[in-house]
Amino acid sequence: MDMQVAKKKLGLKERYAVMTRGLDWKPSYQKMEDIYPYMAYEGIKIHDWDKWEDPFRLTMDAYWKYQAEKERKLYAIIDAFNQNNGHLNVTDARYLNTVKLFISGISPLEYVAHRGFSHVGRQFPGPGPRVACLMQALDEIRHAQTQVHSISNYNKYYNGMHDFHHAHDRVWFLSVPKSFFDDAITAGPFEFMVSIGFSFEYVLTNLLFVPFVSGAAYNGDMGTMTFGFSAQSDEARHMTLGLEVIKFILQQDPANVPIVQRWIDKWTWRGYRVLTLVAMMMDYMLPKRTMSWKEAWEVYFEENGGALFKDLARYGIKMPDCAAQIALEKDHLSHQAWSTFYNYAAASNFHTWMPDEEEMAWLSSKYPNSYDKYYRPRMEFWREEAAKGNRFYNKTLPMLCQTCQIPMIFTEPGDPTKICYREVDYKGDKYHFCSDHCKKIFEDEPEKYVQAWLPVHQIYQGNCFPEGTDPTVEGFDPLAAVLKYYNLEFGRDNLDFDISEDKKNFAEWRGQATKNV
Amino acid sequence: MAVAAVKTYEFPPADTVDKFHGAQLLYIGWEDHLLFCAPFAFPFPPTMRFGDILAGVLPGVFGYHPDFAKIDWAKAEWFKSGQPWQPDADKSLAENGLKHKDVIRFRTPGLTGIKGSCS
Amino acid sequence: MSTVFIALQTNEETRPIVEAIIQDNPDCTVNEQPAMVKIDAQGKLVVRRETIEELIGRPYDLQELQVNLITISGNLDQTDDEMILYWNA
Repeated sequence: MDMQVAKKKLGLKERYAVMTRGLDWKPSYQKMEDIYPYMAYEGIKIHDWDKWEDPFRLTMDAYWKYQAEKERKLYAIIDAFNQNNGHLNVTDARYLNTVKLFISGISPLEYVAHRGFSHVGRQFPGPGPRVACLMQALDEIRHAQTQVHSISNYNKYYNGMHDFHHAHDRVWFLSVPKSFFDDAITAGPFEFMVSIGFSFEYVLTNLLFVPFVSGAAYNGDMGTMTFGFSAQSDEARHMTLGLEVIKFILQQDPANVPIVQRWIDKWTWRGYRVLTLVAMMMDYMLPKRTMSWKEAWEVYFEENGGALFKDLARYGIKMPDCAAQIALEKDHLSHQAWSTFYNYAAASNFHTWMPDEEEMAWLSSKYPNSYDKYYRPRMEFWREEAAKGNRFYNKTLPMLCQTCQIPMIFTEPGDPTKICYREVDYKGDKYHFCSDHCKKIFEDEPEKYVQAWLPVHQIYQGNCFPEGTDPTVEGFDPLAAVLKYYNLEFGRDNLDFDISEDKKNFAEWRGQATKNV
Repeated sequence: MAVAAVKTYEFPPADTVDKFHGAQLLYIGWEDHLLFCAPFAFPFPPTMRFGDILAGVLPGVFGYHPDFAKIDWAKAEWFKSGQPWQPDADKSLAENGLKHKDVIRFRTPGLTGIKGSCS
Repeated sequence: MSTVFIALQTNEETRPIVEAIIQDNPDCTVNEQPAMVKIDAQGKLVVRRETIEELIGRPYDLQELQVNLITISGNLDQTDDEMILYWNA
């Protein structure tokens, strides 16, 4: 009698080897360097691409299976969210401004990340990293799409989200995240992997997603929490990819070490500057706070990043120098950032406000060394003036840093009363920076950063008004023209939360949801 | 150091003075007054009198601050690129040696912001 | 010794997984946060398939963990039987 013997399944390691090795062929009528033209010019030397291994050992078939399951879960919840008027369950309408920040500042980056990983996946000659890049490219476009889908449910009811991508390419502060990613995708494939794969995904992503997502969970935002967790489940894989990339490049050739160290230094700082937005979101924009920015930085960067760089020391990699300055800034970053958005509330696509007494007490307790001494006085002043009908709107454009493009709001390391000014003369022009680190990044590649599209300078050049605008006519209002160019409506999408349509509508709709009217 | 590139990497800088329709950029910061989150950027013609900035521009920009009305301009200390510097109010920006994208700051001794917090 | 961690969504699927992790890593610290549970351990943390299978009473593929994973820290090595997070230094 014939026995049916179940065919033994391959183990994970074998399955991974079968699906990611030996997939290439030796080209016979084209040169390798013509097929992979970007592999040499950054100076990185790779001797054996097969040494690359994804420690999750995820293969494409398994990838599709688990991603499909994540999507099913996500859309089931989004449906439930809509059926249940989920938008009325958030703590209070101020919370919605974090969603606006996310859709205009972060989601477009997911799409650029998709393009970036598609590009480098094409360029790497090794099938192992190519498969991993393919997965990440798909993840990133999934993130962009699911975020747009989820947040579109808020866009039905609230202002400022209606043209997020248009805003991303134009609004002054959104040039910060935009130029960060543009810098990365215009670098070579290896620098892109170190910038986004390692520095952003591994070192900093926990500070982006975990606070946003647990902040959403804590504030009753089921929509954001769900896409956030769905995206975050991919992030763990991206972080792993980022770490493996670094280890792989470093192991391949000792000459790679100084190049990689320079990239880590640059991109840790670049990424940290972008996280300024997250810092103020955590400390000021969440009606119910999860942890302070400072606490998050200590857990996810100082502790976790410290462990990481200790681990990488055996390759000759050290903690980036900028960590020392960041440690000094952690008591100040979120307060300086929120002050900035309070200043420029007339030109933003979300609302700002001053913390109430209880919130100030929280800030004092979380920032005992800085809040009462440096920030409470200005915030109390603003609050009192607003109560008198004299809310501060700064209508004069700020000076920007040439590298990070953030207004020059940061203070001297160690002296929170003095703005930090740095400058460089290059080919007959002056360039200004918020810090030694942004200055150093410029000096390493001045040809690149002299091209920066700085929103303030672009406005003064006349490039940020709707077509046909004549800025020389009598009574020309530049702010009104710039807002039109942003596709934002004055009085609806901008200004203080207290006088916003969002606040009024939310109160009215929540009233209808909880009472019989 | 230079950008690593596959071929010649040369692109025009975005903010040369010729792009500002006859104006040049001047950045102005007020020390110890961080109520204004950052120094300001202005496009001014190089022929503009420095005194016209003090009298005609700064009040609209910094006037919200209660310290502004208390400024004694004769005592103000000026800095250009961080170095002590003395402007002549009757001379133009160009005659004062101010070039495109110069940064100047002023300190107003005795005025230290809201409740002395440098705000 | 540096800390490694794994964070999972708080839900019905992860409840027995968290339990299994605690069984296999008795010195770990469980940290419950809004909608997520973060488990810290010194130097090394192991997630074992068999322990999870005993708790849920069905075969379990460790790659299923990806669906509910939020974040990890440390070097990773995953096989059919174990997922290990560790620091070398």
